[in-house]
Amino acid sequence: MLRLDCLRSVYAELEHCLVVTIMGAVAAELQSLGHRPNFFYLQHAMGLASSTGLGLALCLPNQHVVVFDGDGSLLMNLGSLSTMARYRPKNLTHVVFDNESLLSVGGFPTATSTGTDLEGIARSAGIPHVLTVRDVESFRTAVSEAIQRQELTTIVAKVEATGPSGYVTDLSLLENRFQFRRYIQSLIQH
Amino acid sequence: MPVSLASSKLIYETLKECEIRLVSALPETWLVHLIRMTDQDPEMILVRLAKEEEAVGISAGAHFAGVKSAMLMQNHGLLASINGIVSFAQLYKIPLLMLISYRGWLGERDPWQTQGGSVTEPILRALGIPYFFLDAVESVQRRIRHAQTLAESSLQPVAILLTRDLMWEE
Repeated sequence: MLRLDCLRSVYAELEHCLVVTIMGAVAAELQSLGHRPNFFYLQHAMGLASSTGLGLALCLPNQHVVVFDGDGSLLMNLGSLSTMARYRPKNLTHVVFDNESLLSVGGFPTATSTGTDLEGIARSAGIPHVLTVRDVESFRTAVSEAIQRQELTTIVAKVEATGPSGYVTDLSLLENRFQFRRYIQSLIQH
Repeated sequence: MPVSLASSKLIYETLKECEIRLVSALPETWLVHLIRMTDQDPEMILVRLAKEEEAVGISAGAHFAGVKSAMLMQNHGLLASINGIVSFAQLYKIPLLMLISYRGWLGERDPWQTQGGSVTEPILRALGIPYFFLDAVESVQRRIRHAQTLAESSLQPVAILLTRDLMWEE
């Protein structure tokens, strides 16, 4: 399963969500499908995409927040699973693209390549709804249902360790950040 | 426990006056009253963390949502948060109001706190983070307000160091 195909399968559904991604391939591939002002790409600070999604979800209970995380990033901040589970915002969907690799720094294998089970960790942390998907149709259904279900969900999506040739896009970090905040402020005012 | 209830109350009331609506915290002795007050306040969102660096992401999310937030941590929590502060808050110009208990400094009895105490200010200076001391009741309100104003206007982290003189009664 390719990450890009997964993202494409839910792209339309993301139109009315607040989306936070990790750095690297996830950010570049989502942008390649077409940037939107409700997408924020955290291009560094590995591990904090889920924390950012939690902060957004707790402060904006009427908006649905989707985080696109990765195995390398989540392994750097496993405590985030326990913090999310503790507050379990209904409006947060946490997707983990697990390619068993730190792809953007040269493809070094992560611990999920030797048996670490992120679905099991998330479930044991107390995330109320957790599943693993291995094909695009299951991915699309899982994300769609998570948004509808209104229950904190972690979806582990097993994907191939491939990505785009480069990660830098023409969207500057600050432009993205200010646009994202302005988009949210305009939502709140309406 | 000789943590000052009066000083904690004054700090908490000032955070409320500053319209703080979300506080993320990792427990530490000097912060017990502040965390309890946050927890008991229905107007406040308290996020109890597993590790302090999470608070950088949570406060960034709150900032995007238009919600003013504060972080409660020990100075060792600051040390544990440095990558998040640099690679998120500073890189993306996110205001952070960090209330940091300044352990391991003058009067510290716990040997294990002392190394962190000795590097706290040099690290804040190296990171270019403005910092203020809360050391006397008279200046608590003004300094917290000023720190928040600077964080919001400059879109950067600002640190408030809570000192033994203010937080501890013996």
